[in-house]
Amino acid sequence: MKEAGMSLIVKRITKITVSLIFLYGVYIVLHGHITPGGGFAGGVIIALSFIHLVLAFGKEAALKRLNETAVSAIESLGGLLFWGIALLGLLGGVFFLNILPKGRIFHLFSSGTIVLCNIAIFLKVGAGLFAIFIALAAMRMPAEKKEGKK
Amino acid sequence: MLPIFVIIPLGCAFLIPIASKWRKGSAQILANLAGGLLLLFSIKSIFWLKTGIKLYYLGGWKPPFGIAMALDGMTVLMLIVVNLIGCLALVYSIDYIKRYTSPALYYTLFSLLLAGLNGVVVSADLFNLFVFLEITSIASYALVAFGTEAEELEASFKYLVLGSVASILILLAIGMLLGSVSTLNMADISRSLAASSSSSKDIILYCTALFIMGFGLKTALVPFHAWLPDAHPAAPAPMSAMLSGVVIKTIGVYALCRVVFNILGFTQMISSIFIWLGIISMLVGVLLAIGQWDFKRLLAYHSISQIGYVIFGIGLGTPLGIMGGLFHLFNHSLFKSLLFLNAGSVEYSTGTRQLEKLGGLSKQMPVTSATSLIASLSIAGIPPFCGFWSKLVIIIAAFQANNIAGGVVCVLVGIITLASFLKIQKYVFIRKVEEAMAGVKEAPLYMLFSMAVLAVLCVAAGLLFLPFMDTIIKPASDALLEGLNYAGLILGT
Repeated sequence: MKEAGMSLIVKRITKITVSLIFLYGVYIVLHGHITPGGGFAGGVIIALSFIHLVLAFGKEAALKRLNETAVSAIESLGGLLFWGIALLGLLGGVFFLNILPKGRIFHLFSSGTIVLCNIAIFLKVGAGLFAIFIALAAMRMPAEKKEGKK
Repeated sequence: MLPIFVIIPLGCAFLIPIASKWRKGSAQILANLAGGLLLLFSIKSIFWLKTGIKLYYLGGWKPPFGIAMALDGMTVLMLIVVNLIGCLALVYSIDYIKRYTSPALYYTLFSLLLAGLNGVVVSADLFNLFVFLEITSIASYALVAFGTEAEELEASFKYLVLGSVASILILLAIGMLLGSVSTLNMADISRSLAASSSSSKDIILYCTALFIMGFGLKTALVPFHAWLPDAHPAAPAPMSAMLSGVVIKTIGVYALCRVVFNILGFTQMISSIFIWLGIISMLVGVLLAIGQWDFKRLLAYHSISQIGYVIFGIGLGTPLGIMGGLFHLFNHSLFKSLLFLNAGSVEYSTGTRQLEKLGGLSKQMPVTSATSLIASLSIAGIPPFCGFWSKLVIIIAAFQANNIAGGVVCVLVGIITLASFLKIQKYVFIRKVEEAMAGVKEAPLYMLFSMAVLAVLCVAAGLLFLPFMDTIIKPASDALLEGLNYAGLILGT
């Protein structure tokens, strides 16, 4: 029975890079309204950092940090948040109205609800992509066991 | 307050996965609450229409820059169809879905399906229509595969492949239109096409072909029907009722009519294409149906045939023909959903859908038997049930439009339909069998309730067809007959 995950070199490098990837994802999400990128791209990058963990350390190690229930809850929360932001527009009378102050153009704190929308999309996409990966990994396990018996 | 039709089911879809974590039963309460609210609002929308077409600009952005939603006669008809059948299917699901392991997932997908369907109907923006169409399609792929047995997965995969091909064709057509007129608002596209030079005629022709192929695949008209007889029987019964009663009509017939009548313009060529597609669908569907021995599969083939009537009626292009087609669309959603719910409750109680194995259920399942008799008579076009009037209107319209062959085919198909429903009545409910069906009980209360309501509506729509035509069908056919004037109505001036 060998250890879960890949070799020592991969694990060591992953430990260094994974937080950087995560941070880059957060940067992309928060700057979505002023530079290329946004909730979807940032969400994918953050999901990739978790997938990175799964590949290097095995499924269990990654799931210890973020289990299936939490992933599913975060995904729904993302959708609900986006829905809530759209509903917030009703305070100004129209669905999806951007009611927050717009700020100065090209500054980090600008564009009203767009930043919040990006964060909601990031939660939805990131958690969704990671959930899909976990589901595929779970499907792969029984197939591997069968091959081992042969 | 048009976005309410999307807000309610979408919020419900996202709430259910979280809410069902701490209370098991909350999923079905939330979903049914949403279904009931949607039904109330859609009935209310009849009164909104009294003061003319309603518009809603999302985020306050006016078209052609922003996304708009519009409510006209056609929208009201489709909202009632979607939410009526949706609400009753949800009530039916309360008992039915106990057979499956994860009700929360089912209700989430079902709410998403409702959000997509309502979105398609209220959207006045071509790309938004496509997005909601994809939401509907993806939710239905997942719901068809919900049983996760080999049969369901195969059917769902087939549906997924053909559905994606359809979506790509539609997207290509939308892309071509965007490329030539640089706008996505339906009314604005229509106006720009009318104003532009003769070179846009080729683009209109090309896009019409793509739209007919794409929406034809979603509607399952005959050359494009291969996925339907697998997908509809494989889904859980309430979902089959939604697929046959609502989904193929909303993302198929409604979207096709909206695009062809109000954006591209209804020409003589399109009229004859519709008429031929309709006639072929009617004939092939019913001839394939009569040899089937699987209860739900037989019904699925009849859906193809009945949608043929709808497309034939609308394709005639006369006011009477369009009214007949739309009335048949409404009636078909009532009786076909009812028949699928009947098939579901027979399967729930006996565990089989094979006609040879069933028999003599009229004693043990009186309500199912009675409601299915009403539905069978309606679909076969026996007076005074609702199917009779709509078929009569279509046939009269066909003769008035000098389409004698089409009218004769309508009558002929009606007779074969009657034959195949007599077969169902005989094999499932009437004939005597020894012991095999002993101990079979009637379906649970909520399932009976849904079926009874639909049966009452079948009779009511038949008896009260004149006031009904005036209040709901007439505005809908007027909206289609408005044709390219739609642009003026939406944009003003």
